[in-house]
Amino acid sequence: MMSPSPRQPHPDLPDRAAAPLRVAMAQIAPRLGDRRHNLELHLAQIAAARAAGADLVIFPELSLTGYFLRDMVPDVALAPGASEIREMLSAAGPAAVVAGFVEESSEHRFFNAAFWGEGGRVVHVHRKVYLPTYGLFDEQRYFAAGERIRAFDAARFGRVGILICEDFWHLSAAAIMQAEEVDLLVCVSNSPARGVAGPTIRTAETYRQLARAFAQLLGAVVIVVNRVGFEDGLCYWGGSQAVGPDGRPLAEGPMLDEALTMATFDRAELRRQRLAAPLARDERLLMTIEELQRIKRQRYDA
Amino acid sequence: MTPDPTPSNLAINVELVADILCRFLRNELGRAGFARAVVGVSGGVDSSVVAYLAARALEPQNVLAVTMPYKTSSEATRRDGRRVIEELGVRHVDVPITDEIDAYFVRFPDASRMRLANKCARERMTILYDQSAAFEGLVLGTSNKSELLLGYGTQYGDMASAVNPIGDLYKTQLYPLAEHLGVPESIRAKLPSGDLWVGQTDEGELGFTYETVDRLLVLMVDGRWQRAELLEAGFDAALVDRVAALIRRNHYKRRMPVIAKLSFRTIDRDFRYPRDCGT
Repeated sequence: MMSPSPRQPHPDLPDRAAAPLRVAMAQIAPRLGDRRHNLELHLAQIAAARAAGADLVIFPELSLTGYFLRDMVPDVALAPGASEIREMLSAAGPAAVVAGFVEESSEHRFFNAAFWGEGGRVVHVHRKVYLPTYGLFDEQRYFAAGERIRAFDAARFGRVGILICEDFWHLSAAAIMQAEEVDLLVCVSNSPARGVAGPTIRTAETYRQLARAFAQLLGAVVIVVNRVGFEDGLCYWGGSQAVGPDGRPLAEGPMLDEALTMATFDRAELRRQRLAAPLARDERLLMTIEELQRIKRQRYDA
Repeated sequence: MTPDPTPSNLAINVELVADILCRFLRNELGRAGFARAVVGVSGGVDSSVVAYLAARALEPQNVLAVTMPYKTSSEATRRDGRRVIEELGVRHVDVPITDEIDAYFVRFPDASRMRLANKCARERMTILYDQSAAFEGLVLGTSNKSELLLGYGTQYGDMASAVNPIGDLYKTQLYPLAEHLGVPESIRAKLPSGDLWVGQTDEGELGFTYETVDRLLVLMVDGRWQRAELLEAGFDAALVDRVAALIRRNHYKRRMPVIAKLSFRTIDRDFRYPRDCGT
């Protein structure tokens, strides 16, 4: 049996016993299609997060532009090297930043994207793979779909993966992140409220279940940052959350209100949880790949 | 037989709904540059709920209630409208519409009562929009989801507004919300009526009760149940077909006028911007 080679530690990876990491969840209400205003909003939140000692500041999906853009998509698009993003990273100093933007590729494709930046540069861009085009959603009309789900090594957070909203609802995306053995899974979202019969908004309840389940199944910290505010009658519910690798909530932002919510976690908790439930270790990745190949042959190659 | 497959699917968390709707009103008015609102108050449950929400969201002095009675408007309804205004402490202007409506129909004495009802609704709309300019507040819609789906309203009349907080709530869902907001019992207890003519009730005119039709609508529209499934659940076939036809036939009322397409970018077809863009 082939055994997987262990992942090489990142050269900058600090001692496992390093101080706890502090994450700021910036639950903002961007102005729709107003990049300049939204940049100011980001800079103010980054300053507040740094003052609170944050090592990482996370903004929601499409935080620089707002969500329901429709034909404004090309008007608000940026390249990952854009001055707005450089300005944010420079303001963040030693802290890392995750924020959402419309990315225009050199082929003039437009992606619903989110970047991870640290040390003054963008180290990873995730392009949303699953573009919801049903119900109230219409993303495939305006965006090209991303074609990769990959993790990366961050300076202080270890192995990190980013998913955007609908990506988080696909088991395959979570399974790939488990195979990537992420320490931290970040989901940025713009989830509109639907379902008002229960004690809380139905979509919020589902997100909570997903975040807790994925954190436990991956043995990773899962952080979901969701926006607030309204767009054309859609109400974004906020309720950002950080969940520890045991599936227990670490911190939760308020429902419906703007907030900067701090979550702190200790990397040692990852070790303890993976000893208690070594699910990623026991995963039969090759078998899974073979089964998926078989399904591919049966479904697509026949 | 009136089936009751899943009545819980019409349940709402009234505190959560009131919170979202008040935030919605402040937000949608604010982003258009307004802090004030204008509501036509009839004395019925729909406009009362909207007035209570507006007073809660914007403060009573920022809400203008407009009463617009016609000579046949019932005294009980007028009294209920006045009570809403007094209890909320909102601003008030009374603009009776009898003179202009009757002056118009002198020329058309054979007009049906439906024409009269529609004319009254549109007269009230023009008054609300004029008061909107005077008060510097936006007109709030008072059409609920049941009416909007069934087309039970006057296009460019009571269906017209800048912002509608209750258009995604069925009629029967408005009652618990009304109770939560403190709408007086006398308004919640009476039969729904547009007060279109003496003795008119919505349910008498429609031929079914809101309780029945809302149970059907929530399955048909929200649940996307198919006809056979609805019949199997015990709904009357004639009712199912009639309601489906009303929804389809009145869809034009819920849309902008159709534009003949000629160019490569036609408004609302391939020229698509959110209404809230830039705000």
